[in-house]
Amino acid sequence: MLCQNCQEQEASVHYTQVVNGQKKEMHLCEQCAQGEGYMDFANENLSLHHFLTNMFPFDQTKDQTQQQMTSAQTIQCEGCGLTYHEFRHQGKFGCSQCYEAFSDYLDPIFKRVHSGNTEHVGKIPKRLGGNLHKHREINQLQEQMQQKINEEDFEEAANIRDRIRHLKEELHDDHGGES
Amino acid sequence: MSLQDFINDAISPWMNDEGQDSDIVLSTRIRLARNLKQVPFPTSGDQSSQEKVLEHIEQEFNNQSYEDFKKFQLVKMADIESVEKRVLVEKHLMSPNLAENSQTGAVLISENEQASVMINEEDHLRIQLYYPGLGLSEALQQAQKLDDWFEERTRYAFNEEKGYLTSCPTNVGTGLRASVMMHLPALTMTNQMTRMAPEINKLGLVVRGIYGEGSEALGALYQISNQMTLGKSEEDIIQDLQSVVSQVIESERQSREWVMQQSGIQLEDRIFRSYGVLAHSRIIESKEAAKCLSDVRLGIDLGLIKNISKTILNELMVLTQPGFLQHYAKKSLQPAERDWFRANLIRERLQLEQY
Repeated sequence: MLCQNCQEQEASVHYTQVVNGQKKEMHLCEQCAQGEGYMDFANENLSLHHFLTNMFPFDQTKDQTQQQMTSAQTIQCEGCGLTYHEFRHQGKFGCSQCYEAFSDYLDPIFKRVHSGNTEHVGKIPKRLGGNLHKHREINQLQEQMQQKINEEDFEEAANIRDRIRHLKEELHDDHGGES
Repeated sequence: MSLQDFINDAISPWMNDEGQDSDIVLSTRIRLARNLKQVPFPTSGDQSSQEKVLEHIEQEFNNQSYEDFKKFQLVKMADIESVEKRVLVEKHLMSPNLAENSQTGAVLISENEQASVMINEEDHLRIQLYYPGLGLSEALQQAQKLDDWFEERTRYAFNEEKGYLTSCPTNVGTGLRASVMMHLPALTMTNQMTRMAPEINKLGLVVRGIYGEGSEALGALYQISNQMTLGKSEEDIIQDLQSVVSQVIESERQSREWVMQQSGIQLEDRIFRSYGVLAHSRIIESKEAAKCLSDVRLGIDLGLIKNISKTILNELMVLTQPGFLQHYAKKSLQPAERDWFRANLIRERLQLEQY
């Protein structure tokens, strides 16, 4: 078998990747496999790109009419000039504003790639998110408080309520009076 | 250059430390994808903004140290030869992708080579951190600290709802890719990996292996990493990966025991045949080398082969790649010449172990 990439040398590296049950096979010669990064850690770009091109909603779902699709294709990001059509084709954003520009069409993509999730729950940059940290903590405490109420541990629930109140006051001060 | 010097050059200092479960896990990697605020992503192809990013990083971080990561050196793609790029790729300090961006691409490498930051790859910054053996939570902690250090002097593209904004939708949110490189010879021999890999995939993780003819993975090396970056916290991503990796380690240990019990002499024969090939062959293809190295490493782990250091697999997997072979030969080599050089290098390396 000849290498799928250079079509010159005998393929000696046979690479199989299974992502969510989808199998993809590559047959490459040693040089191409090395070059493509199949033999080390740094191989995620190429394979993820291929993986992603199968992920876009337009390719698989037909819940939008042809007309809506055409209008979506022409949406352009003001930041970098990328159109939705180009984004779909290359699978990569051009700048952070693309996230805003194409926002109406992105959640289905995120859901597919990230097992149904569309919202970030991880780390928040320290410099950016003083209030964000507090908002998130309040949300977490409210869940905890509800749980304590359900468990009829009212003493602990009252403690948590006080902490929430304290955090809300801090937020209130930060906002200069608005609540 | 003596072989010992060459090996020292090829092996990053962190690789010499023995990590947790290092009989099965070769290394752990954490990667964080970050972009700077209000600057087009490198994928937009805008050269002047990439130059500005590079300039900023050079000014703020070149020759700087942060805690255990001393003296970050900035290596610009424009300043180095292609064989040097290849060597950096084979040492996993940067991706093949970055090597292609010869205009504005660069990599910032800490003295111990444990941390490297790619600049203007697919994202403005790709912070990478390696740990020997299995060390997911330690590596994450260190990577987060490095991330904070970078954030002190840059502004990240971040959105409350979507998290860290990345060029590729597969990285958005945490921008975290955690990977564990595992050596699973017994699970491979007993064909259990073909059954386990789809199971692991169902849990939202990716298993990659290099397959030879049939179902046997080349060198029995597999990489397990997370797929999802959005909707899960960094700690949860790490924990989920950790629990799967622990189970795989456990199965590999049980399989090794089972194979030893069931067919001890056949296994011993296979291991020593491979040892013989490595010690005496004059021409060896990378595929055969990978298989034999895997067998010898298993022999060391099972206590059948003594007086050879465990790191030989990690070491020779790096050393016998085309970039390093050419670096060692000090000239470019045709594929046939590489096989010849590879055999030489492996023989010499094994001779170093005699003492």
